[in-house]
Amino acid sequence: MDILSLTAAELGKKIQAKEITVKEAVLACFSRIEAVEGKVNSFVTIEKERALARAWEVQKAIDEGTLTGPLAGVPVAIKDNMCTRGMLTTCSSKILENFIPTYTAEAVLNLERAGAVVIGKTNMDEFAMGSTTETSYYGETKNPWNLEHVPGGSSGGSCAAVAAREVPYALGSDTGGSIRQPSAYCGVVGIKPTYGTVSRYGLVAYGSSLDQIGPIARDVTDCAVILEAIASHDEKDSTSISREDTDFTSALVQDVKGLRIGIPRDYFGDTPFSGKDKKQGDGSTTQAAAEGLDEEIKASILEAAKSLEEQGAVVEEFDLGLVKYAIPAYYVIASAEASSNLSRFDGVKYGYRTNEYEELHGMYKRTRSEGFGEEVKRRIMLGSFVLSSGYYDAYYLKALRTKALIKKAFDDAFSRYDIILAPAAPQAAPKLGASLSDPLKMYLSDIYTISVNLAGLPGISIPVGRTGKGLPVGMQMIGDCFQEKKLFRAAYTYECLTRKKWVSKWPDLTEEKDSVRKDAAAGREEK
Amino acid sequence: MAKQYETVIGLEVHVELATKTKIFCSCSTEFGGAPNTHTCPVCTGMPGSLPVLNKQVVEYAMAVGLATNCKITQVCKFDRKNYFYPDNPQNYQISQLYLPIARDGYVEIEAGGTKKKVRIHEMHMEEDAGKLIHDEWEDCSLVDYNRSGVPLIEIVSEPDMRSSEEVIAYLEKLRMICQYLGASDCKLQEGSMRADVNLSVREVGASEFGTRTEMKNLNSFKAITHAIEGERERQIELIEEGKKVIQETRRWDDNKEYSYAMRSKEDAQDYRYFPEPDLVPIVISDEWIEEIRSRQPELRTEKLARYKEEFDIPQYDAEILTSSKKMADIFEAATAICKKPKKVSNWLMVETMRLLNENGKEPSDITFSPENLAKLVDLADAGIINSSVAKEVFEKIFAEDIDPEKYVEEKGLRTVNDEGALRKLAEEAIESNPKAVADYKGGKEKALGALVGQIMKAMKGKANPGMVNQLLKEMLDS
Amino acid sequence: MANKISDETIEYVGILAKLELSAKEKEQAKSDMETMLDYIDTLNELDTEGIQPMSHVFPLHNVFREDVVKNGDNHEEMLANAPWQKEQCYKVPRTFA
Repeated sequence: MDILSLTAAELGKKIQAKEITVKEAVLACFSRIEAVEGKVNSFVTIEKERALARAWEVQKAIDEGTLTGPLAGVPVAIKDNMCTRGMLTTCSSKILENFIPTYTAEAVLNLERAGAVVIGKTNMDEFAMGSTTETSYYGETKNPWNLEHVPGGSSGGSCAAVAAREVPYALGSDTGGSIRQPSAYCGVVGIKPTYGTVSRYGLVAYGSSLDQIGPIARDVTDCAVILEAIASHDEKDSTSISREDTDFTSALVQDVKGLRIGIPRDYFGDTPFSGKDKKQGDGSTTQAAAEGLDEEIKASILEAAKSLEEQGAVVEEFDLGLVKYAIPAYYVIASAEASSNLSRFDGVKYGYRTNEYEELHGMYKRTRSEGFGEEVKRRIMLGSFVLSSGYYDAYYLKALRTKALIKKAFDDAFSRYDIILAPAAPQAAPKLGASLSDPLKMYLSDIYTISVNLAGLPGISIPVGRTGKGLPVGMQMIGDCFQEKKLFRAAYTYECLTRKKWVSKWPDLTEEKDSVRKDAAAGREEK
Repeated sequence: MAKQYETVIGLEVHVELATKTKIFCSCSTEFGGAPNTHTCPVCTGMPGSLPVLNKQVVEYAMAVGLATNCKITQVCKFDRKNYFYPDNPQNYQISQLYLPIARDGYVEIEAGGTKKKVRIHEMHMEEDAGKLIHDEWEDCSLVDYNRSGVPLIEIVSEPDMRSSEEVIAYLEKLRMICQYLGASDCKLQEGSMRADVNLSVREVGASEFGTRTEMKNLNSFKAITHAIEGERERQIELIEEGKKVIQETRRWDDNKEYSYAMRSKEDAQDYRYFPEPDLVPIVISDEWIEEIRSRQPELRTEKLARYKEEFDIPQYDAEILTSSKKMADIFEAATAICKKPKKVSNWLMVETMRLLNENGKEPSDITFSPENLAKLVDLADAGIINSSVAKEVFEKIFAEDIDPEKYVEEKGLRTVNDEGALRKLAEEAIESNPKAVADYKGGKEKALGALVGQIMKAMKGKANPGMVNQLLKEMLDS
Repeated sequence: MANKISDETIEYVGILAKLELSAKEKEQAKSDMETMLDYIDTLNELDTEGIQPMSHVFPLHNVFREDVVKNGDNHEEMLANAPWQKEQCYKVPRTFA
C-alpha cells in the first residue's frame, strides 16, 4: 500500500492495527523527501537519525499498549518558529542560524505525548513576517503544484511539505493568515484556532496578541484530530484559555441543516446570494476588496456555498464593514509588538553575533543589521516608530480602538450567522519574485485573513477548486470565538460532498514537468 | 545680600520584595549563588518564553500601598519599557506605567523636630535587571541573570522633601513599613532598597520648580546625605554663575564625593511603553483589598504607644525595641512567656545590640528564639545563675540559640550559694591578702574587689557575688 | 496627506530599533515608511471617539502563579547557546555604568 497516500488519521489507524510500522512510515517520508525536497525546499532541518530513534521508542510503546492515540507513530513536520529541544530552531533567520533550544514548545510536547515523530523543521518567512516564504534566509520554498509559484506564507514550508506528501501533517502558526493563506495556495486544509486555544509557550513571538499555532493537513478530519491533540490549557502561558470543548472530532458530522452562512459583500461584491439583506455597504470598502478578488476564486467559493445551501444551510449576503481598516490596524499592532519581541535578538545570549564591532551598541546594531533580513528590519522600524514618543496615541492607540470596533463588527455578524465565508487570498499563488518589489501590495493581499486575528476568531481554509492554470483555490470559513466545531462540521460536510475532486489529488514532482492534468492522467485518483 | 536657596527633593525608591520566587517565573530569588544558577528561559529572555505573574508580588504591593495610605488601582496592567542593555535579557522591562497598582498616598515623617507628610505619587510593580560585572583583566563585562526578574516595587514620591534629614527620615519610614509587613528587608548596602534622588533648587519664596537632576548609585544613608549636599551646592554655583542646570542623570561617587553626568547619545530615553500583551489585567476586588488590610500587622507607631502603656517601657527603650519588627516580635514573645518586660527589654537593648554591632549585623539578623531568652531571664531572676554567668550564657544563646537551662546544667554553672563553703573561701582570701584587707580597713572600699575576685576565681565565677560581698564585709567589719 | 520622513527621524528610529542602515538603506527605509504611514493614515477616517483601546480580545484576568520555587540550577542549559561566555556568565563588550 502507498503509505504516502494515507492521511494522518488513516496512517495512525494502520499503525495501531500493526499493518504498518512506525519505522516504515518514517522511512516512506524520508524517501519521498529525498526524491522531491531538492525541488520544493520545504525544510530547513531534517533529522533522520533522531526520527528513526524516536520511531523505535514509539513503536515499543505502541506494542506495549501505552500509546493508543490516533497520532501515535505518525510523522510530523514543525514550522521552524516553534522551539524543539535539541533541534535547530532558526525562524528561517540568520540571527538564529545556530540556535538549539533547551526546551520544547508546549504544542509540540502535546504531540510528542500523543506519540508523534518529528521529522524536521519547515521553512517559513523570516520570523513569520511575509506572505510568500520568500523572505527566508534559507531560500524560497516552491509551490508543489507549480514550482515557479510561491507556496504562500509564512507557513509555506509546512503547507508545501504536506502538499508534496513529504509528511502527512505539519504544524504552522498564524498571525495574519499565515496558516490559512498558504493552505489555500497549496490545496491543503489548515486551521487557526480561537486565540488562547493552543499554548504559545515555545512559539517564537511575532505579534503576541495575534499569534496562534494550528494544524496543516490533507483533510478536515486530520485537522480536527490534530487540533484536539495540541489544544490545552498551559500554566506557562498567561493568555492560554481553559476550554472544555476541545473534543473537535465529535464535530465531524455531515450535517449543515439550518446552519446560517454569511457572505460579506465587502469581500465578494454582489453575489447570487443577494436579495434578502441588501444594505448599503461603505462604498469604497466594498469596491476595493471585492475588485481585487480573482474571478475564478470567487466562482469556486460561491459554488462551494451553493453546495452547502443544497445540503440545507441558509446562505445570505451581508455587510461586514470596516474591512479596509483592518490592514492598517493590523500592521500597526503587529509591527509594534514585533519590534519589541525581536529586541531580544542582540548577540548576547544566543544566536548570531557579528565579528566586527568596537563597543556594545555597535555590536548590537551590527549583529541585528547583519542578522535580520529586509522585511524584518522594515517592520521593526515601523513598529519602533509607531510606539515612539509623540506617535503612540495617533497610531498604536488608534489601532487598538479600531481593533475593538472590528471585534464588535464580527460580534454583530455572528449574532446573525454561524459561519462567515471568505476567500483566503485575492488570487491563487503568485509567481516567485512577483510580490517582493511592492511590500504594500503584499500586505494588502492579507485583507481576508487579518481581521480574524485581530478579533481572535477561529478560521479554517479548505480546498474548493483549481484555477485554469491548475493552481489550488481555497475557501476560508470564519467562526465566532470558540466555535471551531461549527467550522469543522461545515468543512467536513463540504469535503464529504467533494472528496473526489480536491483532496485526493496531489502533485507528482518526481517527473521533469508537473501539472495537475498529468497527475489525473497518471491515474493517481483514490476511490 | 546673599540669596537664600531652598532644596526640593523627590525620591524614586526601588524595593526588592521578599518573595521566594521571581515575579514572572519560578526561579529562586535567594541572594548569592553562583552566576546564572537561578535562571530559566523566562528570566533569560529565551525565544518563545512567556511571563506568569507571582500572586505574592501583587499582595505585597497592595500591602505596602495600603500601609502608605495609597488608593489601590482596582484594574491595573503591566506595560513594556523598551531599551537595550545587556542586564535586560529581553531588552524590555515589564513594568507599569499607565495603570500602576497604587497611587496618591503619603507617609508621615519627623525631621528636625517637625512632623511632615511626604506624598507618594504612585507605586508600581516591575522586574529587576540582571547584574553586570566588569571584568578586570579583559575589556569586557560579564552578565549574571540571577537577579533578572526579581520582583521590585518602585515608590515615587512627590517633590515634598526639603533636606537630607527629611530624605533619611522618609527612607527609614518606608523601610520600617516594608520590614514590618515582611515585604522586604530593605537593606541599602545589599541593594534590597535603592534610592534615586531627584533634586532641584530654587530661591526661597519662588513658586516655580528649578530644573532637576537625578542621582543614582547611592548605597548608604551617608552617601545620600553627601550627594544631596554636594548637588545642592553644584546647582547653586551654576545658577549664581548665570549658567543653566541641565536635566540629566548623574552618578554619585561616594569615595570622591563627586558626581558626574551619565549621558549617552546611544540611549534615546524613549521607552515606547505599550501594554504587555503576554500578561492579562489584574482586577482587584474590594474583598481582596479588605483581606490584605486585615492582615496588616501592628506597625511601629502603634507598638511604640502600646509598649509605653502596657509594659511601662520608656520612650527611648521602646524606640530601640521597635526599630525592627524582628526585635519587637522577640520582645513580645519573650515577655509573654516570662512576664518580665523590663528585664527582656534590657537584654535586647544592651547585650543584643552590643553583639549585633560587634558582628556588623542588624536586628533583622537575630537568630535566637524568644523561648530561650525568656528562660535566661527566669534563670537570672531566680538567682540560679549570677549576672556574669548570665552574660556568658547569653552570648551562647545569641550565637547558637542554645537552651540555657540545659547548658547551665551541662556546664555546672549554677551559682554557689553554700554559705559554709563561701565562708571558708572568704577566710582563706582574707588570710592571703593582708594588704587588701589593710587597705579596706583603711577606708578603700574598692580593695574588697581583689578579695571578691580571688573567691570568684576559685569558684570559677559561680559564687553568688552578693553573698561573697556580704560575708567579707561581715568578717572584716567586725 | 503625504508623510515626510526626515533623515533625523530615520536616524532616531534606527537608534530605537538598534539597526545600522547604509545610506542607500536609509533612503529606502524613508520611502517605505512614508508609503506605510500614508496607508496607515486611512485609520483617521474611522471615528473611534469614545472607544476603549482593546489590548486583549477576551476578558481574561487575574492569571497568577503561587510563590513556590520550581526551577533549579539550569546554568548549563541557559549558557549552552551563548555566543561568548566566561566564568559562567554571558560575555559582552565592556559596558559603562
